[in-house]
Amino acid sequence: MNESKFSKEYLEETGVVQICPEDMIRLGLVAGDLVCIRAEQRSIEIPCVAAKEKELPSGLLFMAYGDWSSRLMGSDTHGTGMPNSKGTDVYLSKVCPIKKD
Amino acid sequence: MQNELKVVSNATCTFCGCVCDDIELTVEGSHITKAKNACVLGKAWFLNHEAGEGPIARIRGKEATVEEAVEEAARILVDAKFPIIYGLSDTTCEAQRVTVAIADWIGASIDTTTSVCHGPSGMAFQGVGEITCSLGEVRNRADLVIFWGSNPAESHPRHWGRYSTMPKGLFVPNGRKDRTVVLVDVRRTKSAPAADIFLQIKPRKDFEVLWMLRALVKGLTINEADLVDTGVTLEQLQNLVEKMKACKFGVLFFGMGLSMTRGKHLNVEAALALARDLNAFTRFYANPMRGHGNVTGADNVVSWQTGYPFGVNLGRGYPRFNPGEFTTTDTLARKEADAAMIIASDPMGNFSQAAREHLGSIPYIALDTKETSTTRAAAVSFTTATYGINVPGTVYRMDDVPIPLRPAFESPYPSDEKILRALEKKVLHLLQAKLQVSN
Repeated sequence: MNESKFSKEYLEETGVVQICPEDMIRLGLVAGDLVCIRAEQRSIEIPCVAAKEKELPSGLLFMAYGDWSSRLMGSDTHGTGMPNSKGTDVYLSKVCPIKKD
Repeated sequence: MQNELKVVSNATCTFCGCVCDDIELTVEGSHITKAKNACVLGKAWFLNHEAGEGPIARIRGKEATVEEAVEEAARILVDAKFPIIYGLSDTTCEAQRVTVAIADWIGASIDTTTSVCHGPSGMAFQGVGEITCSLGEVRNRADLVIFWGSNPAESHPRHWGRYSTMPKGLFVPNGRKDRTVVLVDVRRTKSAPAADIFLQIKPRKDFEVLWMLRALVKGLTINEADLVDTGVTLEQLQNLVEKMKACKFGVLFFGMGLSMTRGKHLNVEAALALARDLNAFTRFYANPMRGHGNVTGADNVVSWQTGYPFGVNLGRGYPRFNPGEFTTTDTLARKEADAAMIIASDPMGNFSQAAREHLGSIPYIALDTKETSTTRAAAVSFTTATYGINVPGTVYRMDDVPIPLRPAFESPYPSDEKILRALEKKVLHLLQAKLQVSN
C-alpha cells in the first residue's frame, strides 16, 4: 500500500480469499482455483488460497479489505454510515473452467 | 546538496494510529535509508517513500497549472447544490481545519473516513460515554489488557511493545510478566500466540458475549444454554470476569471487529457499558484501536469546529449530525451528492459499488500523495506532499494525544493545507461574485 495501490503485492493481497484447509479439501479446491462468492445480489470471482493452520474455523472466509471485498459489500448502512463489511453471509462455489473441444 | 546526509531524531510515523514519535530517520537527499525503531509497517512507510513524479495538478486527466485547477475546483464546489467533502484521516490537523472552513462556506456535508471505520464507536461514545485513558497510563499501570476484534500484531505492530503489553511501567515493573493479555476474535490471528488467553467467538456474537460478561459482572446467573452458538463456554467467561474484577487497571482495546460487524454501535456500546460497569470494582477503560495516522485528529478537528465528529451537514448554515443521512456512503449510494471533494482517501477503491458508481458520475476533486482509483477518475486532482515525511504539523494519536510532526525532507509537491488555503480563497471570491450578481 505504501508503494502503490496498483502494485503487484497490494493487488495480490486484496485479490484473494482465504479458506480453511479442511474446507478446501471438502470442496475439492487447490490454491489458485477461481471461486465465485455471492452475497445477496452481488457476486465476484476470485482466486482462493488455504488459510494458515487453525487460523480460520470451517465455514469462515477471510479477505483483506480492498476493491474486491468492497464489491461484495451492500450500501445500506443501517443509519450508521458503515455498511456491514465483516461477518456477512456469503455463498461460495468453485468456478469450473470451460472445456474447449 | 542533493545527497546531503542528515539524521532526524524523534520523527513521527503516521502510518497507523499508534503515531510512534521516537523514530530516528537517516535521510540521504530525498530518500530515507534507515528508520530506526520503526516497525515493519513503519519501515515500509518511510523506506518506500518516493518523491514522486508527474504534475501537481490535473483537470480531467490533463496537466494543468495549480491556479487553473484551483479555479476549476472552486467552481465545481460553488456550483453544486449538495456538495460533500470526505476523507481527511491522512493529513494534518491544520489541513483538516481549512477543510471544515470550506465546507462551512459552501454548505457541504463533511465526513471523514471515521464513518466507515470507528464511526459506530463515535455513536456509542455519545450513547454510553467514553471511558478512556492515555496509552501512557496503559504503559505504566495496566495489568489486564484485552483486545477485542483487533489484530495488533499485524495492524499496529508496536502497540504491544511500546504501550500495552511489553513495556516495564511504574506500577508493572516486570513488564509482560505483570500483565495478563486476552484476545477475543473470530479468527486465530497472528496476535493469538502472544496472548495468555484466546477466546475464539463465533462471527456476529460479539454483542451477546459482551452482554453476558456484563451480566456476570453484575452477579446474575447465566446458564450454558444462554451461550449456545457463541463459541465460548460459561467457564471461560467466568474466568475472564474474575480476572477483570481482580485486576488493578484493566483496559479493553476494541477494533473494527466490533464496529464493522452487524450491530456496530450497539456492539461498541456493550463494550463501553462493560468497562463502565467494571469501575464499580476496579479501574477499567475501553479505547478504540484507530487505523490511520490522523483519523483521531479528524474526529477532534471536526468536533471542535462543528460540535460533531463526522457525518455533519452544514447546508442550513449550522451543523447537523446524522450518521446514515449525512455520511458519505449514504449520500453517494442514494445519489444525493452532486459534487465532492475527497482528501487523502480512496473511496473509489473501497466503497460499496453503488457509492462508487455515483461518485464516478459526478464531478469531484481529489487530493492525494499517490495515484489511486479515486484520483484517476477525478475531475480535478492534486498530487500533494506526504504528511510526516515532507510536511510538518500536528496529528492525534489514537488516545487523543496531539503529536508534532518532524519532516525528513522537502517535497516538490505542495501540502494539502497549501492547496486547500488557495481553494478556500477562490471559493470565497466566487461566492462574493455570486452574491453581487444576485443583488
